[in-house]
Amino acid sequence: MRGGEAATLEAVLQSVEDPEIPVVSVVELGIVRGLDAGQVTITPTYTGCPATAVIEANIREALDQAGFEDIQIKTVLSPAWSTDDITDAGRQKLKAYGIAPPPKGAKAASLCNKSVAECPHCGSINTREISRFGSTPCKALWQCNSCHEPFDRFKCH
Amino acid sequence: MRQDPIMQSALRLGDDALILGQRLSEWCGHAPTIEVDLSLANLGLDLIGQAMHFLGLAGDIEGQGRDADTLAFFRTDLDFTNCLLVEQPNGDFAQTMTRQWLYSTYQQLLFEAMAGVEDARFAEVADKALKEVRYHAELSADWVIRLGDGTDVSHQKMVDALGWLWRFVPELFQMDELDSLAVEAGVGVDKAALRPAYDAAINAVFEEAKLTRPDDQRTLTGGRHGHHSEHLGHLLATMQHIPRSHPDARW
Ligand SMILES: [Zn+2]
Repeated sequence: MRGGEAATLEAVLQSVEDPEIPVVSVVELGIVRGLDAGQVTITPTYTGCPATAVIEANIREALDQAGFEDIQIKTVLSPAWSTDDITDAGRQKLKAYGIAPPPKGAKAASLCNKSVAECPHCGSINTREISRFGSTPCKALWQCNSCHEPFDRFKCH
Repeated sequence: MRQDPIMQSALRLGDDALILGQRLSEWCGHAPTIEVDLSLANLGLDLIGQAMHFLGLAGDIEGQGRDADTLAFFRTDLDFTNCLLVEQPNGDFAQTMTRQWLYSTYQQLLFEAMAGVEDARFAEVADKALKEVRYHAELSADWVIRLGDGTDVSHQKMVDALGWLWRFVPELFQMDELDSLAVEAGVGVDKAALRPAYDAAINAVFEEAKLTRPDDQRTLTGGRHGHHSEHLGHLLATMQHIPRSHPDARW
């Protein structure tokens, strides 16, 4: 693949949003694993994430529209996706959207959800977990003890 | 016909996940609080995701054109290979949480071992699902402790739930010829060898929950060979009704 084509391809993928958290792209979430040899490699976030099929269909549509009909999409499971794969830009966007981003290092500490979460509204770290499971598989429900606003927290994974 | 141990291993793993996932989905909109409702729905979703992977794999190995949906919706109870524990009815919340805890604690140990098997098709799914299963085990253990060490009523409900479900635990660790062949083929693990770690994990929770480990009862078994309780038939009737009535329906 030529350099210019690879750059265009990356821009196309950057334009594909996550269906459940539309402020971040599939690249920023770490779903896109690589682009080479005529194929885009992707990995699912959660085993049962209902968005997985939608994400693949959206990537296909974006590729086709940009004239990359010959590019294949390959799905791999290993190494398993981790919240560490979310880029720094992705973390900033999650926070601005009102979702506390996951701390880094989830791979080392598989259950780090008991650590402190920063309130995305007021910045307080005086917060508590309301429910380990939230509105989507990737989020837990938290509440800020300072401003009392509830917020979603991206779960360590 | 001689069964392919690799295909059957994928089927057993997929059937456990599918049936437990379907059971949990029955709680949707009925749980005691919205947080619990979300938790159970999420657990169910994780399990159905596992089922899609394992049943898809079983269909691929079989090579007869059956995909995950065909295996889920167009087999009868005699062809299902799930353990009896997962098909037990939800009962009350204590029974649902006890069933989850007994199964997820086992599944966590199973997947930890399976993540290291030679066949990547099995190891990768186990490794991927493990992170989710750890949540299931933790969440259900938290509830077992909360209910066991709760009020007189919640404690008694836990005792009753254990009194019923304990008889289905030994089946989880049973090894038959097919399981042994699966170990040799690099897709399965020695489940019997997981029992000491399982006992250690659940005994620790029993203690914290102020629950007494039940006496061993006459074991009920047979699920792996299609001998199920009547409960499975009712579950399948609900789960399979739409695809069987409208086999050509598409989203
Ligand atoms: Zn706040």
